Amino acid sequence: MTESTAVETRGVPLTIITPPRGWLRLDLDEVWRYRELLYFFVWRDLKVRYKQTVIGAGWAVIQPAFTMIVFSLFFGVLAKMPSGGVPYPIFYYSALLPWMYFANALTQATNSVVENQRMITKVYFPKILLPVSSVVSGLVDLGIAFLLLLVMMAWYRLPPTLAALWLPVFLLLAIASALAAGLWLAALNAIYRDVRYAVPFFVQFWMFASPVAYPSSLVPAEWRWLYGLNPMAGVIEGFRWALTGHGQPPSAILAASAVGVAVLLAGGLFYFRRMEGTVADVV
Amino acid sequence: MSEIVIRAESLGKQYRIGTPERYRALRDTLTDGLFAPFRLLGSLAGKSNGSSNGSARTAASGLAAPNSTIWALRDVSFEVRRGEAVGLIGRNGAGKTTLLKVLSQITLPTRGRAEVHGRVGSLLEVGTGFHPELTGRENAYLSGAILGMSKREMERKFDEIVAFSGVERFLDTPLKHYSSGMQMRLAFAVAAHLEPEILLVDEVLAVGDIEFQKKCLGKMEEVTRQGRTVLFVSHNMGALRRLCTRGLWLDAGGVRQSGSAGECVDAYVASVESAAREETGCFDLAARTDRHGDRRVQMTRIRFRGADGGQRSRFEFAEPFAIEFEIEARDTVRSCFVGVTILAADGTNVIGTHHCDTAELRDFVRGHSYRLSCLFEPNTLKPGLYALQVGLLDFATWDVYDWFYSVGQFAVTDGTGKYGRVSDDRPAFVHPVLQWEWK
Repeated sequence: MTESTAVETRGVPLTIITPPRGWLRLDLDEVWRYRELLYFFVWRDLKVRYKQTVIGAGWAVIQPAFTMIVFSLFFGVLAKMPSGGVPYPIFYYSALLPWMYFANALTQATNSVVENQRMITKVYFPKILLPVSSVVSGLVDLGIAFLLLLVMMAWYRLPPTLAALWLPVFLLLAIASALAAGLWLAALNAIYRDVRYAVPFFVQFWMFASPVAYPSSLVPAEWRWLYGLNPMAGVIEGFRWALTGHGQPPSAILAASAVGVAVLLAGGLFYFRRMEGTVADVV
Repeated sequence: MSEIVIRAESLGKQYRIGTPERYRALRDTLTDGLFAPFRLLGSLAGKSNGSSNGSARTAASGLAAPNSTIWALRDVSFEVRRGEAVGLIGRNGAGKTTLLKVLSQITLPTRGRAEVHGRVGSLLEVGTGFHPELTGRENAYLSGAILGMSKREMERKFDEIVAFSGVERFLDTPLKHYSSGMQMRLAFAVAAHLEPEILLVDEVLAVGDIEFQKKCLGKMEEVTRQGRTVLFVSHNMGALRRLCTRGLWLDAGGVRQSGSAGECVDAYVASVESAAREETGCFDLAARTDRHGDRRVQMTRIRFRGADGGQRSRFEFAEPFAIEFEIEARDTVRSCFVGVTILAADGTNVIGTHHCDTAELRDFVRGHSYRLSCLFEPNTLKPGLYALQVGLLDFATWDVYDWFYSVGQFAVTDGTGKYGRVSDDRPAFVHPVLQWEWK
């Protein structure tokens, strides 16, 4: 038995409503039926994000660009981080792109359920659309910021290599990681508001556990396997490698962390679905 | 007989009340010290161990001990056939909204089962999903999508919706610059063009000016005439009688009566009348939630006083009585007025009066409290039961600060002649003493 099932008989949808029992089925069909609403949520996020700002979508570039400048100055020029000959601006920007996408998507997904609590208590829709739309709308910012990377690569005369074909794989892993962590945190945040305050710290720590400010070659070899469990380590190293050829091509550790993300994502989906039945009562 | 489209079997919904562990903030964690995280984990584990099978004995006593639970719905069973318009009747907190929420899957029942055949559209609030930064046009599309309209459907109906709303000129203005009345009109226009097979409507249509209410009720009539199935919550007994084919009276979470709309309304009104005999004539409003408006200015208490100054809710026909209002300003507001409507038991508006008819209109200053009294002439209302509707509105725009469909009831009795007159069986609501003269 499941919470509620929808069956079509002669074109008339039948909904059976019963109490929640244990772990619920995912019902991804339902999410598919509501795809248009997902589109509207993404559209709303994008519309609202830069309303009444002067620079508008320029912020999508300014944030990573300024961070890149600061990192290049302090970690690069002053601390002389080994970048393997890659110019510091490219070295940092190519890592900041996936990282900032991940950090923003994760933070927004975490808050998505709480921020829409009014809607949740007044109308029915699959709540999973909320964190998914946060993760999707972040891609637009990433796309805009990516344009600057192309400009910079042209400036430094660094033509993309065939390795760049790997980018979609790393991007997919970044999306899956943000969604996986976002689902867990969004569901927890609906019940415990502590999550909302903990996430910014959590994201900061996660950044230091990822090769954003430094290359992963600085991590001692015997700890590499543990480090590799962090999927964002694989994603960021992957981005750098695919764009600049710096570092190692994807290895078995990346495959292992992809499996880890898949498990986390599946767990997140089920946990989130389970929370959905009661969220309107507790949020 | 047409087929059954909604079948509810022993639906029950339990809510936790008080302050359970579920909702912890960082502040609590800090003050509680080191052990809070462990308790938090403990409550998490406890939660997953099955909170579903609570005991019905803890139900609806009405008294809430901390961490206790309440059954908002208890053993509710009923059937609705295609094309029926069902009016949900009951006091505040009887479970009407909860039932709509369960049927529209917003919340899951704690026990029981329901089958719903057909697409459900629920209208529990007007303007669900509106975003203040988006324009009227953008919000119309967004709200339509949230209520379940497809983009194509919306595009087809857009002009009609705009015409119905009457906000054409402001379509490209951000919603935050709209008055609350305009927001309401736009929101209802979108909702009114929803075409699900089953429509669930909470008491959302009661807000706003009379003209708008009429429009809403007209639309509801149209919907029921088209043969769609409607479940409709209202305190407007007249509208329920007119619009509904069937009534379902909920009391303390359970079905008290089910039958024709007329029968249910009559039985409900009779019960409310007998309950009103126990009313004390004092209504504390601070904690009530059955209100609308942004509450920048709000009613905190309303008292009824008889001619002798005593606090009561029953007055003789020929007795002058007063209603006293206590108002609290949570924000500074210019020219806000108190509007009062006296409703008869069938929902007819009998008397409408504004404080600024005779008292001065003044500004409300943040942090201050105000008291206001309204004296009702004797010989005004025929014996019967009346409800008091009260609003605090902006004088210029009629934007709502605070508004109650029904604060509570009071009764007018035949009288003993103590005040000079006894009522007879005249049909009209108002029996004033007018000047008659032979010419």
